[in-house]
Amino acid sequence: MNRDRRGPSFYILAGLFAAFVLFLYGPIATIVILSFQGPRGGLTFPMNGFSFHWFHALFQAQMVGNFGDAITRSLILAVMVMAANVVISVAAGMAFRRRFTGSTVLFYLVIASLIVPSILVSLGIGLFFSQVGLDPAWYSSAFGAQLTWTMPFGLLIMFAVFNRFNKSWEEAARDLGASPWRSFREVVLPIILPGVIGIALFGFSLSYDEYPRTMMTAGDSNTLPLEIFAMTANVTTPVIYALGTLTTAFSAVVIMVAMTTMSIIRRRRLAKL
Amino acid sequence: MSTTVDTAAARPAAGATRTRAEGRPLGAWLLALPLALVLGVFLVIPIIMLIVVSFLDYNSVQILWSFVLSNYQEALGSAVTWETFAVTIKYAAITWAITLFLGFWLSYFLAFEVRGTTWQMGLFLVCSIPFLTSNIIRTISWIPALGRNGIVNSVLLHFHIIHQPLTFLLYSQFAIILAFVHLNTLFMVTPIFNSMMRIDRTLIEAARDNGAGFWQTIWNVVLPLSKTGIGIGTIFVITLVMGDFVSVSIMGGGQSASVGIMIQNEMSQLQYPAAAANAVILLAIVLIMVFLILRVVDIRKEL
Repeated sequence: MNRDRRGPSFYILAGLFAAFVLFLYGPIATIVILSFQGPRGGLTFPMNGFSFHWFHALFQAQMVGNFGDAITRSLILAVMVMAANVVISVAAGMAFRRRFTGSTVLFYLVIASLIVPSILVSLGIGLFFSQVGLDPAWYSSAFGAQLTWTMPFGLLIMFAVFNRFNKSWEEAARDLGASPWRSFREVVLPIILPGVIGIALFGFSLSYDEYPRTMMTAGDSNTLPLEIFAMTANVTTPVIYALGTLTTAFSAVVIMVAMTTMSIIRRRRLAKL
Repeated sequence: MSTTVDTAAARPAAGATRTRAEGRPLGAWLLALPLALVLGVFLVIPIIMLIVVSFLDYNSVQILWSFVLSNYQEALGSAVTWETFAVTIKYAAITWAITLFLGFWLSYFLAFEVRGTTWQMGLFLVCSIPFLTSNIIRTISWIPALGRNGIVNSVLLHFHIIHQPLTFLLYSQFAIILAFVHLNTLFMVTPIFNSMMRIDRTLIEAARDNGAGFWQTIWNVVLPLSKTGIGIGTIFVITLVMGDFVSVSIMGGGQSASVGIMIQNEMSQLQYPAAAANAVILLAIVLIMVFLILRVVDIRKEL
């Protein structure tokens, strides 16, 4: 087949890809539109006027309970998970560059953390805390539960980063007498920085939206996803779409900030070379 | 995402000469300690706890520390349990088949039909960005499309394709599978795409030069070399679907069952040992499935 001519397979698969993207993004687009329903509009089309009524309703406390507190909690927790995820994953990523006692076991534990169904992690941590007499709380048990989900992704990113990492830079720094910490800070970290931002993005986003592992571990105070899930059972107005629109827009902004930062770093690096 | 892991984890062993930059064994151990601690406290101990509690007695108020087998006897003796596990495995099987089909062809498109790394990575990002947004919101967002007065019914009625609104679209097994495919196809695309990007392009050209057609190339070259990615994607999709209760409870409208919902119901009634017993059975089934997948696809071959 001529390399420069696109075959029929290209057009068929491009069609499949386009349909998949529509399938992926279409539903979220519909709830964004429907969140601007008029005050008497319902959960489905047609639009009954256009208003900010449901966004307004969102900020009246009695409508959905205490979801302002839940947002604050979720944001603090997401920042905590993000920071811990970066530190733990980068440190472990550095460690996994060589074999050490127990490295194989630890590696399989990381994989297990990813594939053990979330509901089991949630239930197990809940039981563990209650049996040793600790109260589960969003900043302790839920924090740990979410890390079991974010750390494997963080470590996978580190493995990918170190796969393409040229060790001679670091060795040069050490040969010139730099301490391990200094060679990490001034040589390794700047090189792996885009990956580190990726780990931070995963930590923040996965924590901010986490539901199954937080369910049994958050204690008495709900995080935002827990509030949203409770709303799905009893809210029958577009107010839930307004909340969905806001939180998805927030996630989108976080993703864009992270990706823009990564591409700025890469571009600067190219400019320097 | 996972194939790169295996190679990286294995590499230290391959390079026998230790460089100073990699540090001493004690250093590596200290660096891995936080990871080991968090996994120990929040994964290993909780799973052990789960297994222990599944053998404990309970009354309506609390867990009693006496060893019993009744939780397993009740779970395995009940027809409802068997039906629930059967329907959950059915969801996993159907979702697996659909996500595998989509994952394979979308990855093939990205890896072999799209030209230029920028386009490949850009389109891959388009597929993967929704993973970083809320699963609950993404599931809810199907309601306006599938409801009785939803978009699909309205369009079909408008064009006189149907005369009554279709009721199986929402709060049904159809809706549950749709949500699973929507949420989990990414987990198939990522590892298969990763595997395909490592396939030496000259192999494809060699196949073509030797007269292999499109399907022969796919069947004899691309598919065998993507097996690792397919295996990893399969493990992801099956474990995610087997343990789910969010999608089933939203899309099933409260009538549909799954193992996750059964466990959640037992937890809300404070029957923790019963929930733990079902959780251990679920874990055993998932581990057996993963083991079988590893028998068919040798993921460690990439090591």
